[in-house]
Amino acid sequence: MRELYQFILENFFFQQALIAGAVIGFSNGFFSGFVNLRKQSLSVSALSHTMLPGIALAIWITGELTQLNAFLGAIFAALLVGIGSLLVSRNSRVPQGTALAILYTSTFAAGVAALPFLPVKTELEHWLFGNILTVSQADLYTVFIVGGLTLVLSTLFMRPLILTLFEANVAAAQGVPTRAMQYLSVLMLILMLVSSLQSVGCALSVGLLVAPAAIMLFYTNNTTALFWGGGIIGATASVSGILLSGVIEQLSPGPSILMILGTLFILSFIFSPLYGLLSLKKKMKHSH
Amino acid sequence: MVDHSQNNHDCCDHHSAHHELEIKGLCVSYKGLMALDHVSLATSCGNRLALVGPNGAGKSTLLKAIAGLVKRSCGTIHWRGTSVKKWSREFAYLPQREEIDWNFPVTVRGLAEMGRYPHTGMFKKFSKADAEVVDNAIESLELENLQHKQIRELSGGQQQRAFLARAISQEAHVLLLDEPFTGLDPNASELLSKLIHKLSSQGRLIMASHHDMNTVKDIFNQTLMIKQQVVNFGDTAELVNPQKIKELFST
Repeated sequence: MRELYQFILENFFFQQALIAGAVIGFSNGFFSGFVNLRKQSLSVSALSHTMLPGIALAIWITGELTQLNAFLGAIFAALLVGIGSLLVSRNSRVPQGTALAILYTSTFAAGVAALPFLPVKTELEHWLFGNILTVSQADLYTVFIVGGLTLVLSTLFMRPLILTLFEANVAAAQGVPTRAMQYLSVLMLILMLVSSLQSVGCALSVGLLVAPAAIMLFYTNNTTALFWGGGIIGATASVSGILLSGVIEQLSPGPSILMILGTLFILSFIFSPLYGLLSLKKKMKHSH
Repeated sequence: MVDHSQNNHDCCDHHSAHHELEIKGLCVSYKGLMALDHVSLATSCGNRLALVGPNGAGKSTLLKAIAGLVKRSCGTIHWRGTSVKKWSREFAYLPQREEIDWNFPVTVRGLAEMGRYPHTGMFKKFSKADAEVVDNAIESLELENLQHKQIRELSGGQQQRAFLARAISQEAHVLLLDEPFTGLDPNASELLSKLIHKLSSQGRLIMASHHDMNTVKDIFNQTLMIKQQVVNFGDTAELVNPQKIKELFST
């Protein structure tokens, strides 16, 4: 314990990684509330994998990797695959889920294939599973701005966003600008995905964008608690994951964060006093 | 104030003049098919109006068109003499059971608070006055003891009342209910019927699609028989008889 403390104090990069991890974890965990309410974990998974070819394309065109490049490339690829799957399903007997699965895996594969030819030196493993320990000062600023922006926007528009998620039709008849809210949430989603790339990589980012609020759903029916609790879980899991990887040298932080979230999820599924398996079983017994 | 209603105002006790809902030539088309074909009717607050007709007759579509959930391709809607272009905060729509995500993490009280949106808008703070309106709505639907329950944990009748509470806290004058009695046991049906009578006697207009021809007379004082077009419209007592029902449901 003392050694770890010493290590953190002396290692500037590790400190930066912890801060970035906490911010990314919090904003992603907060936003996971929306992902859970939309019940769109699968499309988010597709979207996160689509980022890889999008970013590869952006690097190929501009010759360098910056956050803005990455963001634009990710949006472009996400739109292409999303709209493409819609086009296929509307003009054939293939359901949209099938079309999406094929399009995103194949573009993802194209991205993986393209990586060795790109003029930037980043290892495939870092793209897939994150490389938070190499986070730079500039990355840290971006993480703060993107995370802060998403938090401010979603808090500001929380009321219309929730109404839109619950019953979009009824919300529209109450005067909620539902179309704008849907665009806003997709925009924030892509911001979150790009920001989490550094921390957990595109193969694992969907976990950080789904698990925290999914865990909270075992404990609460209050949407405010769902979002803020999700943020706290995301931040805590990220910080503990990075610390754990500091203790166990062979363990990378990205996978470590996700394993912690997975463990919390399973434990909550079994032991939550509100909606856990054991307490539901007990309630069933009482009602008989 | 001129009393421009022909009949005496004894059906409800809230206002000196009737609030009229006037629908003229309303059409809705889905992919080239006419779901509603020039529907016209006029009714007013204090009434309980049943929409009756076979499956696919457009009952639900009519409710949604009035609420502004589906686009109308022609026709006009006037409420209290003012044209309703898209939606009105005085209209509240209650969806059918299967259209609701019952697992959504919202409590009865949270649901009722959603009804305040047309008043608070996006940014205005939820005030004490808003909370009071919500309190009253919950009380008037006898949901005080259930207000912190998640909506899935309620019985069918309680769920209908919870959505009515949202409409009441919106201070809606026109309640558009889509099959509110479907799946309710006799006790719950009776309680809901009593509440609908109470809400209309306070001056609200209730319009509901309804499929049980045995209970329509007990709950609704007006009936619209519909099959894409208006087949019959009038007082339930005069209109609803076995002959007319048979005609309506025969193809």
